[in-house]
Amino acid sequence: MSPRLALCAMVLLAIAAGAAGVALAQNGPDRPHWQGHGIKPPDKNFPLPEIVSGYWFRTKETRAIQDDDFNNPGFFAVEQGEQLWSKPDGAAGKSCASCHQDAAASMKGVGAAMPKWSDALHKPVNLEQQINICRSERMQAAPWKFGSAELTAMTAFVRFQSRGLPVAPRVDGPMASWFEKGKQLYYTRNGQLDLACASCHERNYGRNLRADFLSQGQSNGFPVYRLRDQRLVPLHERMEGCIFDVRGIPYAPLSDEFLALELYVAWRGTGLPVETPAVRN
Amino acid sequence: MSRRLNRREALNVGVGAFAAGLASAAGPARALNDYAGEIKKFTGGKTPVEGRVKLELPELAENGNTVPLSVAVDGLAGEGAHVQEILVVAPANPNARVIRFRFSALSVPEASTRIRLAATQDVIAVAKLSDGTFFSASRQIKVTIGGCGG
Amino acid sequence: MAEAKPRIRLDKKEVRRGETVDVKTLVSHIMETGLRKDASGKPIPRMIINTFRCELNGKFVFGCDLESAVSANPYFEFKFKPTESGVLKFTWIDDEGVRTEATETITVT
Repeated sequence: MSPRLALCAMVLLAIAAGAAGVALAQNGPDRPHWQGHGIKPPDKNFPLPEIVSGYWFRTKETRAIQDDDFNNPGFFAVEQGEQLWSKPDGAAGKSCASCHQDAAASMKGVGAAMPKWSDALHKPVNLEQQINICRSERMQAAPWKFGSAELTAMTAFVRFQSRGLPVAPRVDGPMASWFEKGKQLYYTRNGQLDLACASCHERNYGRNLRADFLSQGQSNGFPVYRLRDQRLVPLHERMEGCIFDVRGIPYAPLSDEFLALELYVAWRGTGLPVETPAVRN
Repeated sequence: MSRRLNRREALNVGVGAFAAGLASAAGPARALNDYAGEIKKFTGGKTPVEGRVKLELPELAENGNTVPLSVAVDGLAGEGAHVQEILVVAPANPNARVIRFRFSALSVPEASTRIRLAATQDVIAVAKLSDGTFFSASRQIKVTIGGCGG
Repeated sequence: MAEAKPRIRLDKKEVRRGETVDVKTLVSHIMETGLRKDASGKPIPRMIINTFRCELNGKFVFGCDLESAVSANPYFEFKFKPTESGVLKFTWIDDEGVRTEATETITVT
């Protein structure tokens, strides 16, 4: 092994051995503009002192792209979702519009309250799953694959109808055990780098993790247009990426683990405005 | 961008990234392309005069895949010459040429777009005027790779 | 090529002679660079929009020659002073020669 490679391996091991404090630069914020843009948590036992949308952690150039609906390439997917909404699909010859008519009216608030409890399935379902339930049960159409352009577009279009409304998932009743499961996952260290969601998004938001300026990891803007991928990215794909980035084995999109995490993360953003389709790095 | 690497591949990518990071401490992270040759082709061998071109880029790229860029040329009012073209080159990209804007006599000599930059570098814009003169500007932009954003 | 309709926004469609029109355009396109490899290691061939043109009544107004360093979903903003009313035609051409076109009308008084 060359000396440089040996040095790399030692550095890797040092981080993996739990020296997470070394890896996270304690330089203080170099983008102080995010401060002062938080909303108050709903109660004093909340795990964050303030709730701040990921919007405020990005540069002004990135925020400018989100501020202008024309300029925001995420809207191509929203428009595609709008077209699919009225397009009949499946053996029943129906479209979404056949039952739900005008999405702006019927879908208002729906995206802000996801995931929601399903009595039929005895578990929470998120927006992607609900879309596919409608497709298979009401439209007799084949469900769309997770990550497909159609499913992401429709998820974005439906959630867009809640834009500006406060995130407000129900976490009581049958959701309580899923909420606890999500909370447990959020604080569990993962992967070779041994980091939990909380390591970055609760203890170090507003600081740099190598080249990355950390946000609170809120989900109010999803599906988001990522500058990196230059397309809309659904939430479970991003969470999959987070676990991959700490060199862990990601849960599968739409798995129970990610559903529980989605519920818990949505709760951590209680009151934030839905920003779908947000623009992030 | 495929993310479905197995564990060993992921480790290799990680080590490679560290090695590249260490290499960059000693010098430029990437070999430069033939941007000087591209500029020469554009100007027919003339050396552009620095000035008059305004090149706007963020100081730090949020992500190298989508970087807003604006170019403008100042101080031409009433001169008779107008801007014909502006070439943008990125010396540390895989390919030097980024975009070539073409203007008409109706144009206000300004344009904006979004570009991809592979590494920290000095991006250069060269303007060709209708009287055969060339002007240029360069602007450094930091492009970082790594951290959990990927 | 692009399936979604290109987006075009003029800050004004009626102008007096000498006034400036600000144009923004956004088109949906992956702008595949030709530098990526698929999961099996095979290079993914380049497929980009390489040309954008804007013409007023058939006369060239503004354009770009794009390379693969232009981001996906190419965005352009430009300004011009129209001297006649008529049809503004926008054309995007990709590496296979496929054209996407859109038009706007402007009135000059």
